[in-house]
Amino acid sequence: MNTSSILEAGAAVSAQGALTGASIRRIIIEQSRRAGVGHIGSALSVADIVSALFGQVIKVPSPGHRERDRFILSKGHAALALYAAFHLRGWISQDEIDTFCADGSHLGVHPEHALPGVDFSTGSLGQGLSFGAGAALAARRQRSSRRVFVLLSDAELNEGSVWEAVMFAAHHKLANLIAIIDWNGQQAFGYTRDVIDQSRITERFTSFGWDAHNVDGHNVSKMVGLMRGFNTTDGAPHVLIAHTTFGKGVSFMERQIKWHYSPLSDQDYAQASQEVGKAP
Amino acid sequence: MRGAFARTLTELAEQDPRVFLLTGDLGYMALEPFAERFPERFINVGVAEQNMVGIATGLAEAGYVPFVYSIVTFATLRPYEFIRNGPILHRLPVRIVGVGGGVEYGHNGMSHYGLEDVGVLRVQPGITIIAPADHEQTKTALLSTWNLPGPIYYRLGKDDKTVVPGLEGRFSLGRAEVVKQGGDILLITMGGIATETVAAAAELEKQGVCACVLIVSTLNPPPEDDLAFHLGKFTAAVAVEAHYAVGGLGSLLCEVVAGRNLNCRVIRCAVKDMPDGRTGSQAYMYSTLGLSRQAIVEAASSSLRGVQAVPVNKGALGVR
Repeated sequence: MNTSSILEAGAAVSAQGALTGASIRRIIIEQSRRAGVGHIGSALSVADIVSALFGQVIKVPSPGHRERDRFILSKGHAALALYAAFHLRGWISQDEIDTFCADGSHLGVHPEHALPGVDFSTGSLGQGLSFGAGAALAARRQRSSRRVFVLLSDAELNEGSVWEAVMFAAHHKLANLIAIIDWNGQQAFGYTRDVIDQSRITERFTSFGWDAHNVDGHNVSKMVGLMRGFNTTDGAPHVLIAHTTFGKGVSFMERQIKWHYSPLSDQDYAQASQEVGKAP
Repeated sequence: MRGAFARTLTELAEQDPRVFLLTGDLGYMALEPFAERFPERFINVGVAEQNMVGIATGLAEAGYVPFVYSIVTFATLRPYEFIRNGPILHRLPVRIVGVGGGVEYGHNGMSHYGLEDVGVLRVQPGITIIAPADHEQTKTALLSTWNLPGPIYYRLGKDDKTVVPGLEGRFSLGRAEVVKQGGDILLITMGGIATETVAAAAELEKQGVCACVLIVSTLNPPPEDDLAFHLGKFTAAVAVEAHYAVGGLGSLLCEVVAGRNLNCRVIRCAVKDMPDGRTGSQAYMYSTLGLSRQAIVEAASSSLRGVQAVPVNKGALGVR
């Protein structure tokens, strides 16, 4: 099987198992428990999006390959979902992912580009889309078919700099730039609707000149279908408003603000691991 | 200096297809030669400096050498965290070009004064900081550094006519340049105010004081050995900079004196207080901020008399 068929024919399968949202969730629960850290709900929220991207959409022959598609986890606090995808792609070993949040590990709460596969370090919200716009512009100028995927949180849209990048990408018709918004309706200190109203987000993006789509952020085949259908050669940049459930897959975490930061207790872990199944 | 920058960058872009120029809607009547010659490698990103640095980060990751251009404050302070988390953190060759170091935008007021840019960037590891003293040195400095690995900050002035006597465009990364020899006192300066410093040295000469004048154009990596060598020969040195006293050249000299255990007092001719809102020409601002030629002379003379130099700031305005 050649590289493109691995990457595009369906969910990628490595020695670690299938790259699916379910397998990412199992790793998130295992590793966050082992490391005793939070941001679990945010990582669970994007598990299916990340599985769609890294399993079936993003073309990365190998980390660091010059002509790879670029991926930016602008909502860097969901890095554990990304590490899980890297592991399931066979880029990082079990031993390495077991260093998540250990002293001296490259696998911290937020992704560092020192880790192969991480194109840009993130963690400060509002910067990833600008990096992505530059990366997309570079691909355009270099006559490359590379695409750039940027995964943002909904609350991240509070940052004014995001809209600088939105305007720039539309003006320069960066069709090879694809933003995915993890639209889970929650942020660290409350529900997004109560903090800063961002209703009619589709119209906002459309009025800014983007090709905007709403999608169930847990429906992998729909997301894959949409992204594969995008014209990434000409026209407007694309945005998927991926409607997700914060904490998806663990009943007591779903839509609960507490799980933005809280780590798992023994009891929580027992129930959560039962709900997501045992990690492969 | 900005004219020299634009011309030199256009020459570099002729030779190297990686050179890219972004502006935050500034540089009218300065950047046109580049923009017209290389429209594919020039973008006015609009009034959006954070995004500009972010875009440059993405371009640099893909192999370009992007220069981002704005007035000092907008080029450094507004996108500061983007600079930190972008080119510095990723060790990418983004070039931040700030025009109008110090109070060169005199009448424009505080929003346009570049008084802490060197200080805030000097604390970041891995960014080269270059503050040419005149347009000739701007060209030399740009030619010899533009392709260095990692990010660079160029602190430029607007003046494309004045030259610093004795400098003749010399520039060497991590070195300081002597433009006047002397044995009585040491004057050390950075940026466009070097011309005032050299003029002050000429005044001192008339008073029988023979000053050595040293130009520091690389703030990072600091010319530590050159500074230690010269500071070690004097009991007093005057740091002259159109920058707040904290964080810039004077602070660097204090670090070298302390670190090398030298027996030299450092007197800082710098901006010690926030400007009070009265604006004026650069010359006027220099006079109110204690940076005029006469103030430099007075600081040097006082230090030779063993008197702690009195900040001239605001004295002329009758404040405090």
